[in-house]
Amino acid sequence: MTTSVVVTGIGVTAPNGLGTDAFWAATRAGESGIGPVKRFDATGYPAKLAGEVPGFEATDHLPSRLIPQTDHMTRLALVAADWALADAGVALDQWQQFDMGVITASSSGGFEFGQNELQKLWAKGGQYVSAYQSFAWFYAVNTGQISIRNGMQGPSGVVVSDQAGGLDALAQARRQIRKGTRLIVSGGVDGSICPWGWIAQVAAGRLTGSEDPDKAYRPFAADADGYVPGEGGALLILEDAESARERGARVYGEIAGYAATFDPKPGSGREPGLKRAIEAALADAGVTAADIDVVFADAAAVPDLDRAEAEAIGAVFGPRGVPVTAPKTMTGRLYSGAASLDTAAALLSIRDGVIPPTTNVAPAPEYDLDLVVDGPRTAPVATALVLARGYGGFNSAMVVRKAAK
Amino acid sequence: MAGSELTIEDLKRILRDAAGETEGIDLDGDILDQTFEDLGYDSLALLETGSRIEREHGIELEDTSVTVVETPRALLAVVNEQLAAERAA
Repeated sequence: MTTSVVVTGIGVTAPNGLGTDAFWAATRAGESGIGPVKRFDATGYPAKLAGEVPGFEATDHLPSRLIPQTDHMTRLALVAADWALADAGVALDQWQQFDMGVITASSSGGFEFGQNELQKLWAKGGQYVSAYQSFAWFYAVNTGQISIRNGMQGPSGVVVSDQAGGLDALAQARRQIRKGTRLIVSGGVDGSICPWGWIAQVAAGRLTGSEDPDKAYRPFAADADGYVPGEGGALLILEDAESARERGARVYGEIAGYAATFDPKPGSGREPGLKRAIEAALADAGVTAADIDVVFADAAAVPDLDRAEAEAIGAVFGPRGVPVTAPKTMTGRLYSGAASLDTAAALLSIRDGVIPPTTNVAPAPEYDLDLVVDGPRTAPVATALVLARGYGGFNSAMVVRKAAK
Repeated sequence: MAGSELTIEDLKRILRDAAGETEGIDLDGDILDQTFEDLGYDSLALLETGSRIEREHGIELEDTSVTVVETPRALLAVVNEQLAAERAA
């Protein structure tokens, strides 16, 4: 029998709430964290809105030793990991170091840190560049720092597949637990709200130019015109279900199914890969479409991508065949942090029997989606599907469900 | 700044700026003969510290002179020896 993998802890740093409780309360209530960019002066840039994590003072949470060597997004990740471990009731001194690993997702690494060092390089010279630039910018840095801080020496790594990474990392963690590791800290906390990161995101051509936070990011609307980027995400504690039961851990739910596909070459005329990813994830979980109580959508807010996602959901579930929601309309798209945060939201939906709303969207009738738009919807949720797509053709789907008693 | 001596107080300030302070360690105590390892500083922290000393004092240290010394007293000696040599030159 294959090892069942469960989630026992959640740590959230999100634009609409610092900490799981603040995030979930805001998300249920439809409260957005999107506003004008504050981390740098975005005047003159074609995109001016972002979802920024509120009220985060790194020195309130982390030792001064970590401050000179970390990018902002790494600080958010370290704190999210601390909170997830505390939430899971993990007392580190009672664990073997090799029984615990760290597998995170990343999209760009520590861009803000890297930009500062590049500016010093060109303005003042190489001797002004921080020695910590050697790793502070790097994709794997969050994994490394979390591993060092918590003494976790089991299987570890980083997954880089843009927004799909938030699910791909959790899937890789599940693989490692099935191979015998007891616990993995996994998920994504991301962000590169700085001029260097901003330009890269603008160049991809998918950001909205809107300056109205309530109208900027409207996936599945007829006149959707791009998304708002954000920072933050969620880290989860994944454990071998048996091991979690033995230590009496509270269980949010099971990572029941997963699949990833890659889109065919553009212009090939072949079908995009999302539907196959959904079908394979359902099969992996041993469930059918009728078992899914809610879909957390990727929600690109780019018309072609919205259409492709609506068609994939419609092909599997039928027209208006399943409630669909996109709470990321309250945070912006968090790159590798987005799907981990959606997975956290899905698990909280299961716990509380409530589906959080999609805000600011009047759904286009042509998509035929049952989008949850008028406030939270009370409904028993036993099984949820989370979708994520990464720039360049990555599609991932994950099924989470209420753990067996 | 070039030419002036590097004091232990200078070094403490530079360590704090370069690499922060380890929890449970009091840099304000007598640290001259404690090892950098015991003070919680790894080789990267010392590299960054050395780079800041170079900038403040306008000197160039051998990479190894910063990372092989084990204590603040030894680091001060290496730096001040070089500063004295440059003053004499």
